[in-house]
Amino acid sequence: MNINTTKIISLLFFIFSAFYLYTAYQIQVFAFDENAPFNARTFPIYLGYAGLFFSGLKLILPDPNTIKIEHKTLEYKKTGILVLIAIIYGATILKVGYFLTTSLFLMGSYYFLGERRWVLIFMLSFPFVAAFMYLLHGVLEIYLRDPFLKLIGVMG
Amino acid sequence: MIEGILIGLTTALTFQNIFMVMIGCFFGTIIGMLPGLGPMTAIALMIPITYGFDPATGLILMAGVYYGAVFGGSTSSILLNAPGVPGTVATSFDGYPMAQQGKAGKALAIAAWSSFAGGTLAAIYLLFLAPSLSKVSLSFRSPDYFALMILGLTAIAAFSSKGQFIKAMMMVVLGLMLASVGQDSLSDITRFTFNNMNLTDGISFVLVVMATFAMSEALTIILKRNDPTAAAKQVSLTELGSIKIDKEERAKMLKTIPRTSIIGFLIGVLPGAGATIASFLAYGMERNLVNDKEKEKFGKGSVHGLAAPETANNAACSGAFVPLLTLGIPGSGTTAVMLGALLGFGIQPGPRLYMTNPEIFWSVIMSMYIGMVVLLILNLPLIPYIARILAVPKNYLIPLILFFSITGIYVMSFNNFDIYLMIGIAVVATFMRLYDFPMPPLILAFVLGGLMEENLRRSLLLSDGSWTFLWDRTLTACILSTTILIVGWQIYKTIAKKN
Repeated sequence: MNINTTKIISLLFFIFSAFYLYTAYQIQVFAFDENAPFNARTFPIYLGYAGLFFSGLKLILPDPNTIKIEHKTLEYKKTGILVLIAIIYGATILKVGYFLTTSLFLMGSYYFLGERRWVLIFMLSFPFVAAFMYLLHGVLEIYLRDPFLKLIGVMG
Repeated sequence: MIEGILIGLTTALTFQNIFMVMIGCFFGTIIGMLPGLGPMTAIALMIPITYGFDPATGLILMAGVYYGAVFGGSTSSILLNAPGVPGTVATSFDGYPMAQQGKAGKALAIAAWSSFAGGTLAAIYLLFLAPSLSKVSLSFRSPDYFALMILGLTAIAAFSSKGQFIKAMMMVVLGLMLASVGQDSLSDITRFTFNNMNLTDGISFVLVVMATFAMSEALTIILKRNDPTAAAKQVSLTELGSIKIDKEERAKMLKTIPRTSIIGFLIGVLPGAGATIASFLAYGMERNLVNDKEKEKFGKGSVHGLAAPETANNAACSGAFVPLLTLGIPGSGTTAVMLGALLGFGIQPGPRLYMTNPEIFWSVIMSMYIGMVVLLILNLPLIPYIARILAVPKNYLIPLILFFSITGIYVMSFNNFDIYLMIGIAVVATFMRLYDFPMPPLILAFVLGGLMEENLRRSLLLSDGSWTFLWDRTLTACILSTTILIVGWQIYKTIAKKN
């Protein structure tokens, strides 16, 4: 049997549904609710079975629209780097502050995607983030915590 | 109703709201012109900004983005044969040949006027239909709502999956599973949180939309080495020609617009169908209705062939608001995003919205009309200039999309965990997109998950645990029969394809 990637995804979904169903059965409900027609675990249990049903169906039924992806043509490296930069951005945003991390995130992303004009990279990061921050914080009154700006005395 | 229209006009015609419609249309046009980035991405990116406004203004902004994105999609269809959104594919059948004949400006004008007329007529239908439907929908009971949601989810899976119904249903189930994370609404028992406090309140709707649309679309563009801005660069260089429509062409449009607006609106009202099906149906219907001489022009730059899908897709966009505003059940992925945003404002759309928040109900309807006017007056003459703005290299576009997505989540929760979760979901969604797993069913299911569980709970409690509630009421049975027909037809098609 020739297993294609769609079938592998379906198999993973089948396993995920089985795990979801198992976890659904473990949900603790109140004692008086245990035999009620509907409790906190009823809907998830149905969902678990539905997941098993549809992924099982996808596994069993023939796949007339097999999708073949040329993995060599895909840009895994740049995508991976971009995801990594986003994770680092997420990890530092609270501690360092919105302004500096966002500007550095933008600079890094522009650079890794191939931009080398530093003036443009700078213009579309620090001043851009400052303007956007003013829009959020100053105009729309959405509070943005920023330890870095607080440290240098720009923000109260 | 007159009072309602006046309330709507008073709200929609404030300086701030007119400005919002203009901003929304402009921004939507830009995103809509980029192949691959549709109205859902545009609206998703706007959600965090809308939370800074009152609900009516926020919704008006989103409605402007919606119409702008559809209009932007038509522009790239006509000028480049590269539809920005699926709903404008049929527009390219006659719009692109017209542009190749040196009549790009005329084709854009026909599309803009048809969209305007389609949207205007649909807004009028909505104006009269929505209040009556709101009253009718008050008679809906929990079993009817539950059946209707099953129908909506099945229909969106059937229509949005390009023949991959089971994949779409898997996405529906996944959306419902994601919605089940967090506290149970009645008993407050936590489910699937794995003792993580960040999951107690469930997964944020904005997070899921941003991850599955904005962020995963940006990652897909990089992964597939696509350049959505390449199309825009070509638009900015295209010679548009005159945008004047002559008398004969006007006469043809006048015949096409009224009938296709009705088709578009009715298809838009149906759960799951939406602008794509409406535009194809209208195109096909129009081809059958015109005389033989006109029929031959179809596919070669026919005025009827261009006006029909453009009228229908805009009418369908307005029609999609009917189930959202009257039943509180979105009929499409885009209106699902809007429902999520409304819930974020603390507003529950449904039959009572008409009575409890008339200013929201009516201002949305009125802003649709204002949006059409803005698109016609501002966007049509500005298309070459908008395209020039769009010719930003993707090296800048992609980081900016990621920046808006992450900022959107950050300003809502000020929490690292949500950012990681969003990145995780976006990576999985990017991979699933590669293998044609559709995302709109997941979003619709995620939005409807809580409501669905609530209605199933009530139905089962009322019928003492018996599933007979599914056929006890005629209305429930009818809705459920339609669902069974759709599922049966889709499974039959899958098996027939194999044979």
